[in-house]
Amino acid sequence: MTVTLTDQPFEPGALVTAFCLGREETGAVATFVGLARAEKGQAVALELEAYPGFTDAAIGEIAQVAVERFRLHDVHVVHRVGRIAPGEAIVFVATAAGHRREAFEACDFLMDYLKSRAPFWKKEHGPDGARWIEPTDRDRTDAERWD
Amino acid sequence: MARVLLFGRLADQAGWRDRVVDALDLSSLRGALAAADPSLGEALAGPGVQVAVDKAIVRGEAVLSPFTEVAFLPPMSGG
Repeated sequence: MTVTLTDQPFEPGALVTAFCLGREETGAVATFVGLARAEKGQAVALELEAYPGFTDAAIGEIAQVAVERFRLHDVHVVHRVGRIAPGEAIVFVATAAGHRREAFEACDFLMDYLKSRAPFWKKEHGPDGARWIEPTDRDRTDAERWD
Repeated sequence: MARVLLFGRLADQAGWRDRVVDALDLSSLRGALAAADPSLGEALAGPGVQVAVDKAIVRGEAVLSPFTEVAFLPPMSGG
């Protein structure tokens, strides 16, 4: 299980290739890649702030919950921090399991958590300045599906 | 004494994000921060603001050593 926070752009394809290597008992790998949206020009950039050592530990705890709940063989989470331009990848989640259902569901579970409860602070830089963003009601109800 | 970290809108409001403050416990730390900047003191006590002491969430009082790290965390937005 690996959780990485990075302030550098990453290439999702290379991460998938590396994650799939050397697995003889894993029948399914599910992946999710989240990209920064331009919001039709309203978002010039996103800025994500994390608390190093706290944010990655919190994500690691939920990844461990996912491993146990969905009987995963492995998890890899990569999350950008700092300033992110539209079109760049913000988040990468890969789950490995014996069969596809567990891999899909664990990926969905982890993303619902990451979008609503992970310790990040998000600022949207637009043409009229910057504003801090809170989770949407949809983000919260998505996360409650798993409670 | 403690190292104080502010995140998100709290850091923007205060104009700093990392500072050493002379205080023996959490309540005297809050008092010192509020005395220096009353509106920040109010924001730190506001709804949804959590406190982490050495990266663990604390509710209530905590004793601080010179190397303790105290972080004020506004409501988290998710990624």
